[in-house]
Order: sequence, then structure tokens, then C-alpha cells
Amino acid sequence: MKAGAARRMLALVRRYMYLLRGSWPRILELAYWPTVQMVVWGFVTQFFVGHSTWVANAAGVLIGAVLLWDVLFRGQMGFSLCFLEEMWSRNLGHLFVSPLRPWELIGAAMIMSLLRTCIGLAPSWVLAWVLFEFSVLSYGPGVVAFFTCLTVMGWGIGMTVTAMVIRFGLGAESLAWVAIFAFAPISAVYYPVATLPGWLQPVAWATPSAYVFEGMRAVMVDGVFRADLLAGAVVVNVIYLVIGATVFAAAFASARSNGKLLQVGE
Amino acid sequence: MTTPAISVRALTKRFGDITAVRGISFSVEEGRVSALLGGNGAGKTTTISMLLGLLTPSSGEVRIHGVDMVADRYRALPTMNFSSPYVDLPHRLSVRENLRVYADLYGVPQPRRRIDELAGALDLVELLGRRTGQLSAGQKTRVALAKALINRPRVLLLDEPTASLDPDSADWVRTYLEDYARAESATILLASHNMAEVERLCDRVLMMRAGAIVDRGSPNSLLARYGRSTLEDVFLDIARDRASSEGEAA
Repeated sequence: MKAGAARRMLALVRRYMYLLRGSWPRILELAYWPTVQMVVWGFVTQFFVGHSTWVANAAGVLIGAVLLWDVLFRGQMGFSLCFLEEMWSRNLGHLFVSPLRPWELIGAAMIMSLLRTCIGLAPSWVLAWVLFEFSVLSYGPGVVAFFTCLTVMGWGIGMTVTAMVIRFGLGAESLAWVAIFAFAPISAVYYPVATLPGWLQPVAWATPSAYVFEGMRAVMVDGVFRADLLAGAVVVNVIYLVIGATVFAAAFASARSNGKLLQVGE
Repeated sequence: MTTPAISVRALTKRFGDITAVRGISFSVEEGRVSALLGGNGAGKTTTISMLLGLLTPSSGEVRIHGVDMVADRYRALPTMNFSSPYVDLPHRLSVRENLRVYADLYGVPQPRRRIDELAGALDLVELLGRRTGQLSAGQKTRVALAKALINRPRVLLLDEPTASLDPDSADWVRTYLEDYARAESATILLASHNMAEVERLCDRVLMMRAGAIVDRGSPNSLLARYGRSTLEDVFLDIARDRASSEGEAA
């Protein structure tokens, strides 16, 4: 990567950090929901531990699922929000007459997605350890790999969602909040893929998240790190990234053709 | 023969059935200040957007210092900048933060120094720590101008640069732009409805109507051609179709 590209990406990261730094409600919002979710599912787990043999044998599986699902959600939101901030502030016109390339904006959004995810999830991960003596990281470096896969999947979906917003305007911005939930039933977050009807299982295996959550359960329940599941997640993630980048590039070209880079936000 | 700073050939932009810009051609020599004049919907903003590469032309060519803006715009963009009332700077960032982000995007050396320099020149010193969204319209216009000058552009495109400014501030900004163009040998193309501004700043005027350039020349030559004493009267003649087309005029 050339120095100029890195400088421009860092300039945008600086812009989004200024925004976060200047607004404590934004920081609170990042951490609020993951923490509430974790506390609720922590108590649910405590209840089930006394009533379910399966959960008793793998007490952290529900909390782990909640924490990792939030990685995916925050990863996608963190990415999409960068673009939405530019659209809300009608700043895209200024950005794209500067030497900033679209892929540099994508790179900055990826960095911010990672930062927002870490800022948002850190309190819930700490609280999970304090309240329930549960730490995802205690399951080894494989969990970090799964964390990374979910973040990358969030980027792929984030690029597609952003492309939709560029193409259809801010009327489509709610997609940024709800799109990820379409993946929840088939991501095998709280139950194995085998639970799904036969016809739906191939669809589930077309999501990186299904490999990740199956892999998480293999680690937590069986104490086995499944490299094959990690490899599956990586391969499907590459496909998601290629699709996301292609759709984004097409939407950007279309916006340049129909003048939406100037009009968006109005 | 020197390469013009801005060269436009047969530039056309269609949005579906609507033709916003119709095969216009013009060039602006380095160090000159020119104006695009025309009523609402004449095609000025669309033309400026195509010059910046923000909008892809349907056909035709735009070159900035010889660089093709459709195929190779990233070579030209570091030497250009623009301001427009239709594009905002992020409201929640302070003026200094906004200018710092754009200084970094353009790779401005010693950004703090450049920001302080512009703040002094454009009377923004007291505003640097304030959120951009809290500023008055006139203050925002001055901040937008500071952003447009942050990289000392050789080509500056300004859409209504003194909109929302009181007469005193507007005069001050015009003086600054005159000095800047002279000191930096910068080429400026501005779209404006303010005829006094155009008469004062511009060597050359391009009159637009319905997406076409219907006349062009220096302010004095246009006044003489239309037999009018002010550019505003010339503008009204053209806007109300009391003028011959460019071909007939020439």
C-alpha cells in the first residue's frame, strides 16, 4: 500500500474518531446493547445449567453465541455507519473530489468497524468474566480466528448494504440495522445446522457464520478446534467480500453516473 | 501553445430523457478567473460536477492541466478543490477538526500551520474550536472556502462562493480570492448569480441556458454586444431569450 493511501485512510479514521470522541452517547450506544444481551443470556444460562444436561456440560455456549453474534452485528454496523455518517452530513461530495479513492474509504470503514466492535464489546466481555466467570478467550486462539471471520463477514454484508443505500438513497438506510438479522436463523447461532430442515442446511452452509458457530460449539462442547470449519468460513468469506466489493463498485459507478454523490443526504 | 488549465470538449450529460448539459466546449487558461452564469437549471452545477469527476459525462471530454478527468481523475484531484453550498462539512466536527481531516486527505505539509494561516486570512480564528453545525450560514461559507483552499489548489471550482455572506464579508472574500489567484497563479471557475462579483473577479463569462453555452466573452465585451450597462441586464436578456444564440452572436 502506498503511503498516500494509508495517510488518506488514517485521515478518515481520525474523522470518525473525532465524531466518537465528541459524543459520549455514541460510545454508550456501542456498549449498551451487547452488555444488556450478555447479562440476560448469562442469567438464562445460569437457569439452564440446573435444568439441562447439555447446557450444564457446556455452560458458556449460550453466552459465547451471544458475544460472537454481536461481533458480527457490530462489525457490519461499524462498517455501514461510516458511510451513513457521510451521507447524513452530506459530505460525500467533498470526500470524492479529494484524492480519496473509494477503496480507501472502504479500508477506513473496515478499521473503524474493528475499533467500534472492540469498544462496544469490551465492557460485555469484561462483565461476562466478572458476573459469570466466562471468558471467550479462554477457549484459545481459534476463537480469535472465528472473531476475525465474523468481522470480515460483517464487512462483506456492510459493503452490500452500503451499495443499496448509495443506489436507493437514505430511504434504504434501515437495511443497515436489519439486514444482518436475515442471517440469524441460518447462522446456527444457538443450535446446530443439523436442526434446520434439510433443504435449508445448504443455505446455512453458504454463510460464514454457520461455520463459525459450529466451530465455536466444537470448541466449547467437545473441546476440539475444527480447522475444517475455520477453512470453510474463510472460503465463504472471500466470496462474500468479492460479492460485496462488486456490488459496491457497481453502485458507486451508478452514483457517479446519475449524480447521487452530490444529491445523497438531501 | 500552452495546455489550458481547464479544457472541455463537446461535453454532454443526459439523465434519462433529460439533457442537462448539451455538447458544451470551452477552455480556461492558467491563472484566469472565469464564470459560469445562468439561471436555475441552466446546467452550471452539473458542469462543475463533471469537471470534478464527481459525475460521469454521457459524452465529451474534460481535461484539467491535460489530465483526462474521466479516465485519470486521481492525477488531477490533488491540485484541485471546490466549494458548494450544496455539499456540507460534517456538522458535529469542529472547524479545526474538519480542516485537519481535509488537510490530511490532500497531504498538506504542516497542516496545523496551514489551518492557522487560513483561519487568520478568513477570520476563522475564533471559530476553530466551534462545531461546524453551530455556525451561521456566512461563517459556514467561510469555512467551506478555507476547506477549498487547504491544499493551495491550482484549479479552484466555486459554486456561489459568497452566498449567504453580508456585503462586507463578501467583498472581503472576493478580495481574498483575487489575491489568491494572483499570488498562486490559480485558475478559478465560479458559478454565481452575483453579477457584481462576476464583473469584479472574472476575465471571462460563459453564459448558460438550458444546458448550452449561449454566449461568452469578457464582461466588457458582453456589455457592449448587448448594449447594456450591467451584466445583470445581459443576464436577463439571455435568461428571457432576448438574445441571439452563441452562433448568431459570434
